[in-house]
Amino acid sequence: MADPVKDAERIPTVIADELHIVYRVNGAKSGKGSATAALSRILKRGEERGVRKVHAVRGVSFVAYRGEAIGLIGSNGSGKSTLLRAIAGLLPAEKGKVYTDGQPSLLGVNAALMNDLTGERNVILGGLAMGMSREQIKERYQEIVDFSGINEKGDFITLPMRTYSSGMAARLRFSIAAAKDHDVLMIDEALATGDRKFQKRSEERIRELRKEAGTVFLVSHNNKSIRDTCNRVLWLERGELRMDGPTDEVLKEYEKFTGK
Amino acid sequence: MSAPPSPDEGLTAAQLAAKHGLTVSGARPSLFEYVRQLWDRRHFILAFSRAKLTAQYSQAKLGQLWQVATPLLNAAVYFFIFGMLLGAREGIPSDIYVPFLVTGVFVFTFTQSSVLAGVRAISGNLGLVRALHFPRASLPLSFALQQLQQLLYSMIVLVVIMMAFGSFPDLSWLLVLPALTLQFVFNSGLALIFARMGSKTPDLAQLMPFLLRTWMYASGVMFSIPAMLADKNWPGWITDVLQWNPAAIYMDLVRFAMIDGYDSSFLPAHVWAFALGWAVLAGGVGFVYFWKAEERYGRG
Repeated sequence: MADPVKDAERIPTVIADELHIVYRVNGAKSGKGSATAALSRILKRGEERGVRKVHAVRGVSFVAYRGEAIGLIGSNGSGKSTLLRAIAGLLPAEKGKVYTDGQPSLLGVNAALMNDLTGERNVILGGLAMGMSREQIKERYQEIVDFSGINEKGDFITLPMRTYSSGMAARLRFSIAAAKDHDVLMIDEALATGDRKFQKRSEERIRELRKEAGTVFLVSHNNKSIRDTCNRVLWLERGELRMDGPTDEVLKEYEKFTGK
Repeated sequence: MSAPPSPDEGLTAAQLAAKHGLTVSGARPSLFEYVRQLWDRRHFILAFSRAKLTAQYSQAKLGQLWQVATPLLNAAVYFFIFGMLLGAREGIPSDIYVPFLVTGVFVFTFTQSSVLAGVRAISGNLGLVRALHFPRASLPLSFALQQLQQLLYSMIVLVVIMMAFGSFPDLSWLLVLPALTLQFVFNSGLALIFARMGSKTPDLAQLMPFLLRTWMYASGVMFSIPAMLADKNWPGWITDVLQWNPAAIYMDLVRFAMIDGYDSSFLPAHVWAFALGWAVLAGGVGFVYFWKAEERYGRG
């Protein structure tokens, strides 16, 4: 390991033990989509009535330690985001277990925000959804608005979010999400939002968050940002852990694999 | 594979986790702990319900005026069909039929929309459930709270109608408060129950409108149950049982509180006991039933 921390001091923060995640998809069973076919599936006894299973993560085990920044790589659909959600305790495991120190959190509040509300109310709603108190939000409100730069072009924060350009909305979402400190922080390709100026600002904020957080997970297809941020890399392929080790070693193999 | 060496080598994952005080991610908390977590999230629950309420009409030209206009139009339609075309008013003095009907529609809608919102509380917000951590009961409770706020707008309309038909505010109107509080607890319980069922079987969202409409017609929203059954030679307990239906109980209590001339002769026996009993039963069962599956919401 490139990790300078001595073995004796290594404190585990996340342990995944033979983790399996299965999605169940209604109404995607191959075969006829007609009403009679659906009815006969319902009438047929057994577990599989009209449900198709997608086995997204297959038996992944690893131990993450305090102070590590771990990159997750792999081709599209290899189970990276699913693994993150399982670590955060948001997706129930089919088999196996994830043990964590405290509550890991995903960086992102998109789902809690509402386009019909003003930016102002979304800052408050998003903060509350992430578990901040009203006082904390009040304290950081100005910081969030300034960071997003929404008000640089006029008083946009009091307008509904649906009136924002997609770049502005993305900036506000990132600013809200990045306002909270986390023990175990997970970032899912959140780096590439907004214009160049904002990207720089957000990369800086992520570095700050990393310093405060105990352990960081980063999902990205950008090998450069993995190399800049992470000291350890997990390579997932078809839901299985293909390689786990120091960044340089794994990335070398990965680049060979993808033919770069 | 280059698994890093460790002094904890040889321990199983579970032993290692126990040694360093790690806990299972996404495990279900104890019931007591769950209540505490929910209480911590009370501001989110309230903010979410108010945000949903505001977002509902934010694109309309008349804006939040629709909060009041929608229930008013609803009442007008029911009055036209049942009051004027079908003449369902038998047994009820005609000067109180309009307030009788409008109260019934508003109070029943409160329960009806809580159940419908409950069915979709989890299944319609999977994005939220899969992105952030919070006690999942926040969602159905938040939707029930949204309906309570919607009802408060309807009450503005109701007060105007009451006064237009000669029932003026007096002390008995205060009884509306305990009645609606109990109904809110009852609705929250139903919302929790249906949220869990709807998360497993989203098809319920298609089925529930029919069940709820049947329930509405059986509950005496637009007619009086005892007056309807008076000329049939059925034993008296049937009338009582029909009137003990929770929807009918809460409607009758609000009518009794607000309408002069809708006196206790229209109420079934033990009406307050049943109002309390339904609330405690639905609220308690709903909460425990929902909590039991806490760690499984969000599975796709």
